[in-house]
Amino acid sequence: MSARRLAKVQPASFEFSKETMEKAQWWIKKYPESRRQSAVIPVLWLVQKQEGWVSEPAIRAIAELLGMAYIRVLEVATFYTMFMLEPVGKVALIQVCGTTQCMLRGSQDLMRVCKEKIGPKDKLSADGRFTWQEVECIGACSNAPVAQINDLYYEDLTPENMAQIIDDFAAGKTPKAGSYCGRHNAAPVGGAKVLLDPALYDGSAAKKIKKLPNSEPKKADA
Amino acid sequence: MPIAKVNGVEVEFEQGMTVLQVAERAGQEIPRFCYHERLSIAGNCRMCLVEVKPGPPKPQASCALPAAAGQEIFTDTPMVKKAREGVMEFLLINHPLDCPICDQGGECDLQDQAMGYGRDGSRYSENKRAVEEKNMGPTVKTFMTRCIQCTRCVRFITEVAGVPDIGMISRGEGAEITTYLEKNIDSELSGNVNDLCPVGALTHRPWQYHYRPWELKKTETIDVMDALGSNIRADYRGSEVMRVLPRVNEGINEEWLADRSRYAVDGLQTRRLDRPWIRENGKLRAASWDEALNAVAAKLKSASADRIGAIAGDLQDAESMKAVLDLFRALGSNNTDCRQDGAALSGDIRESYLFNSGLQGIENADAILIVGANPRTEAPLLNARIRKAWLNGKAEVAVIGQQADLTYDYAYLGEGSKLVGKPTKAVTDFLSKAERPAIIVGMGALVGETGPAVLNALGALAKKTGVVKDGWNGFNVLHTAASRVAGLDMGFLPQDGGLSVADMLKPGALDVLFLLGADEVNASGSDAFRVYLGSHGDRGAHGADVILPGAAYTEKSGLYVNTEGRVQMAERAVFPKGEAKEDWAIVRALSERVGQTLPYDNLNQLRAKLMADVPSFGRIDYLAPSASFDVASLGVKGDAGDIAFVSTITDPYLTNPIARASETMAELSRERVAPVALAAE
Repeated sequence: MSARRLAKVQPASFEFSKETMEKAQWWIKKYPESRRQSAVIPVLWLVQKQEGWVSEPAIRAIAELLGMAYIRVLEVATFYTMFMLEPVGKVALIQVCGTTQCMLRGSQDLMRVCKEKIGPKDKLSADGRFTWQEVECIGACSNAPVAQINDLYYEDLTPENMAQIIDDFAAGKTPKAGSYCGRHNAAPVGGAKVLLDPALYDGSAAKKIKKLPNSEPKKADA
Repeated sequence: MPIAKVNGVEVEFEQGMTVLQVAERAGQEIPRFCYHERLSIAGNCRMCLVEVKPGPPKPQASCALPAAAGQEIFTDTPMVKKAREGVMEFLLINHPLDCPICDQGGECDLQDQAMGYGRDGSRYSENKRAVEEKNMGPTVKTFMTRCIQCTRCVRFITEVAGVPDIGMISRGEGAEITTYLEKNIDSELSGNVNDLCPVGALTHRPWQYHYRPWELKKTETIDVMDALGSNIRADYRGSEVMRVLPRVNEGINEEWLADRSRYAVDGLQTRRLDRPWIRENGKLRAASWDEALNAVAAKLKSASADRIGAIAGDLQDAESMKAVLDLFRALGSNNTDCRQDGAALSGDIRESYLFNSGLQGIENADAILIVGANPRTEAPLLNARIRKAWLNGKAEVAVIGQQADLTYDYAYLGEGSKLVGKPTKAVTDFLSKAERPAIIVGMGALVGETGPAVLNALGALAKKTGVVKDGWNGFNVLHTAASRVAGLDMGFLPQDGGLSVADMLKPGALDVLFLLGADEVNASGSDAFRVYLGSHGDRGAHGADVILPGAAYTEKSGLYVNTEGRVQMAERAVFPKGEAKEDWAIVRALSERVGQTLPYDNLNQLRAKLMADVPSFGRIDYLAPSASFDVASLGVKGDAGDIAFVSTITDPYLTNPIARASETMAELSRERVAPVALAAE
């Protein structure tokens, strides 16, 4: 990963929306007044939610809100890769996991689809509606390959699914999140494979316990 | 005290010490990059690994590990050596091999420690990481590929300087040290980050590629750019002082140095007076020493004693002032003054013009009232100390005077003398509620017509609120001139109705005016025959009728007394420029020509006379324990008026002739002072 830099083109100013400010104040109140800097990560999140990315005027505004030096906010914003330092697609920010499990299950094919449909990695698409990135493990390995699109996980993707999802977003629809191979959460594909005996669940397998283990008091010199 | 074993040797230590400190106590030097005694602990370079029992069977970072009683510490086992070699190998993976062109080469921690722990070659075959250069302002040259991310500079500028401008952005291999969007560091202590940098990532921009450390000869001497008397080392090559670095003196500058003291040295090379000059028909012409001295002597002899006078400048050594004082007294003149700014201080009681708590002692104060001073511009290292006391939660600060950014929070009480003449409850409460209150009086409060009354009122306030009491003397005068306390000590003041600086400069007041390095006064109104003795062609030399070239502070041995009354001896690093001579010798030669030969033929005899007349000069490097004194008797009782205090230093980078001749100081003034002045308008 190369050094993260602020975007070359920056907006002239930044304003907290009323809603963002309310939420920011809620976070700030969680900390003692002298430690209000502790709210820097939540406030960066809120700003990213509001604007889609973290701009330079926003960094200054956050620093002033929290009584910190500008450089301290910049340090945090550049440290965490989840803070977008450049504008991202207004419709969808697609983050395809490229770490081992997803790679073995075909994440590179997903990225190929993204590249064809959207354009080069980490760049805003020509129409300004999409951005796609390769990210490190996002922690859903059992459902690999996975992509996080905006706030939700899209799992067990195939290149065809991916293309369909992008098309749906482009058409103004919101495709459903979750697994695309029909499984329930992270359960095995095609339904459960073990613990299938119905007797396990009707109480018939239960036996009466004659003696509770470790229930006897220990004898002194046993 | 608890005891630990270092390499099998028992050593006592204090509770709270780290393993590294305990090992140092046992005489074991631990290699380190990020650890620094005066900064917070980061523990990120991992060079200080040691083996500790009891503990996990792995090397531990000794700088961040608290020592415990009964601990066994090993600093030279094979495991420790192997671990440190591993750390060193990783540090060198991305460090460029450009030592031959690196300014740090020869005094580089990484270079030195690689001698002990480095491999002969690299096993790394990938590309090295490269980092773009960063702009950090006129004092700091960056070469960020060399950076090993020890974060000493970040911690110094945030903690000690109190200007959180530097930070580390990104992470991992992409981590970079930078300022916010490459703005200039806006700290008057910025040069210290170059000293702290253990590699060549941050080096002194003004001296970039000017020298190699091993070419320089070193002289330990005293700084004169402010009244603190910081201990410095002047490094010179040939006849040129190439750089000035701080020396450790816990009582004064710890191990820091202000930018003004450090980077003004290029001013020693420019605008120098290197031969005598005489004004003839309104034009200066080069003259010989004989001609020049005879011209001065003739004027002095022909004038009556009450129509000659001398003003001493801010950078003068005590010896030359003593020589001038003796000469003028021998000639029968009472018109001598060393207070160029006209501060209302007299030399009667020594405590009345000293920084009585001591520079180190100010850290013991629990309430500090700053009156008419801006310590950040007048004495940056004192300001760092006040900040330290404030940061540790020991002291509260209040200010009467200008509202400036001092790098710490303070209660702003008011802007001027009204509040001192009739202190409000807020003022008296602030001091009287404290156990060890201190007042720092700046020259800004003592200049002007109300000066004596303000001093008197401050004395009364100090007495009333317990600033001066048994066992504690917190009445502190903060001088701005390195020579001032010595001048007051020896009585370089108007005697028996003699004229003060302001009176001497009035038209028609004098026939001969002798300016001993006095550049901060405007003598253009005086119609006297003006003699200037000094090192630089600055304000004092402009319009002078005779110019006698003297020596700058690195070119003569001399005594200086700092604002707390500590006498220190400066040493000569290089010789005066051209035909210039040491100041005292010029005055001695002049005295012969006016028929009042001074009773000393060499510097030692002059010092003996000085010490005999003023015993306080006899103890070098000695800080007298400050006695309680009648602080209410200071100044003159009167109406303190209603005047807003303004610091006498308007531009901290152009305070004296050497600084004004310095290109670096001009740049700093442009970068740091001018934008602020613009913003204030």
